[in-house]
Amino acid sequence: MNPDILTIEHLNFWIADQHIVKDLSLSFPENTITAIMGPSGCGKTTMLRCINRMHELIENTRVEGKIKLSGENIFKLNAMALRRRIGMVFQRPNPFPTMSIYNNVLAGYILNGISLSRKEKDQIVQEALTQAALWDEVKEGLHRKGTFLSGGQQQRLCIARALAMKPKILLLDEPTSALDPKATAHIESLLMELKDTVTVIMVTHNIAQASRISNQTAFMYLGELIEHGTTERMFTVPKDKRTEEYLSGKFG
Amino acid sequence: MRTGHETWRQCKNNAFHGLIILFSAILFLPLAAIIFHILKNGLHVLSWEFLTALPKPMGESGGGVGNAIAGTLLLIVLSSLIAIPIGIFTGVYLSENTHGKFSHIIHVAVDMLQGTPSIVIGIAAYIWIVKPMGHFSAFSGGVALALMMLPVIIKSTEETLKRIPNTLKEAALALGAPYYRTMLQIIIPTGFQGILTGVLLGIARVSGESAPLLFTAFGNPFLNLNMNKTVQALPLLIFNYATSPYEDWQAYAWGSSCLLLIFILSLTLLTKAIRPQ
Ligand SMILES: Nc1ncnc2c1ncn2[C@@H]1O[C@H](COP(=O)(O)OP(=O)(O)OP(=O)(O)O)[C@@H](O)[C@H]1O
Ligand SMILES: [Mg+2]
Repeated sequence: MNPDILTIEHLNFWIADQHIVKDLSLSFPENTITAIMGPSGCGKTTMLRCINRMHELIENTRVEGKIKLSGENIFKLNAMALRRRIGMVFQRPNPFPTMSIYNNVLAGYILNGISLSRKEKDQIVQEALTQAALWDEVKEGLHRKGTFLSGGQQQRLCIARALAMKPKILLLDEPTSALDPKATAHIESLLMELKDTVTVIMVTHNIAQASRISNQTAFMYLGELIEHGTTERMFTVPKDKRTEEYLSGKFG
Repeated sequence: MRTGHETWRQCKNNAFHGLIILFSAILFLPLAAIIFHILKNGLHVLSWEFLTALPKPMGESGGGVGNAIAGTLLLIVLSSLIAIPIGIFTGVYLSENTHGKFSHIIHVAVDMLQGTPSIVIGIAAYIWIVKPMGHFSAFSGGVALALMMLPVIIKSTEETLKRIPNTLKEAALALGAPYYRTMLQIIIPTGFQGILTGVLLGIARVSGESAPLLFTAFGNPFLNLNMNKTVQALPLLIFNYATSPYEDWQAYAWGSSCLLLIFILSLTLLTKAIRPQ
């Protein structure tokens, strides 16, 4: 596999006095897809949010351990600069309702006060929407509101919005759980294409989805990382009994 | 026996429904009576001269209330300029900080301000502004009205922003946006309709007030748009003219009431039209 772009070392995370993520270490090879799996409430979202420091929005938390992005400790970086380098897509599509499709894609630049020429804007919009496999469907109506799109299109718009910032890493928290099978298939194939240039870390409850598109699978249980490895190995010869039971659909 | 019981229950049900409708109708009656009465006495007074001309000296016929209309508009602009930014920012603060002690204190303060009699607010503006400056002014009237608008704007801003899903804020922050840009460029524009509703309701609330203006804007028989000088306002004019012994002036009080009523009703209907679902 490729060299690691991101490494989590002994990450511990508390909300109030609740220990949510317990001594978690995991690394992510560049330009691969990692699927994070585990039963509800085991801390997947929380772990994912630590990677772009969105956990700092929650009050009364404590974090220990290191997360290194290309060797730099992210907790030493400026949080806003870090978030510009790591894109995030949420469970429910959340395009900005006051903005057109065009401006939604450019939102990262607009909200950071980065001015671009008309030509640069057009180019970024077309590139990001093409990458997100949405260009053909919306190119005629780029100045319509993004909220007029279907759920699956909105989610691809949100992916385009994240990709427009040209992140090296893309975090996705159950990006297809609110979508129908067709829209899901669309997004899966787009993630497969993205991995030539972007490292994808995706939380999913969909076991088949993880086996279809991920290179690495990690299984969490009650805040601990139970087991991780190549997806093929995890699905064929899991070492831990809980992994085996979860991945074969026996509990979750 | 059984059917008799059922019928009796049905009867009670119908009676209850009838009662509800009756009381709602009773609520509607005075409103309809007021509107009818004011339109009947005021509508025929309205004319181009009435809207634009200045009052004529006593004894001369003709003239209008142009100074009061201009003054009321000036007072609305002044109070809006003060109350809109303060109200929106306070509303943003309250929607963002739901638990803190400070926000609890602000909540109580807003409720108290809302319950303060308008005459008391007028006296406060008199003590704070008119006395130190040594003269009545449109500005002091604007401050008094702003104090009355504030609770309306704060509450509607807070309620509107609280209803905006948190995921929108997260989406902006996850793009690396600073907090202030997230609020100014995403959250406040998303709640624009609700905030605008509050602003219009605030304007509707203060534009008919006379008590806070008695010791502040004071009234002025001439046209004035200088905020350091006294200014006439429609409610003040109504108060003065309606209690005068001259029939002309009483007619003008009706005309002004009619104008104010149309203005406030339109504002209220407008807020209903734009209120987000
Ligand atoms: N803002 C918060 N305040 C308090 N506790 C929280 C908060 N967010 C998460 N938790 C707690 O942290 C634990 C892990 O939550 P998390 O959302 O990370 O789980 P998850 O694995 O993503 O679950 P799911 O699959 O249901 O999304 C849960 O016990 C939850 O109650
Ligand atoms: Mg989750």
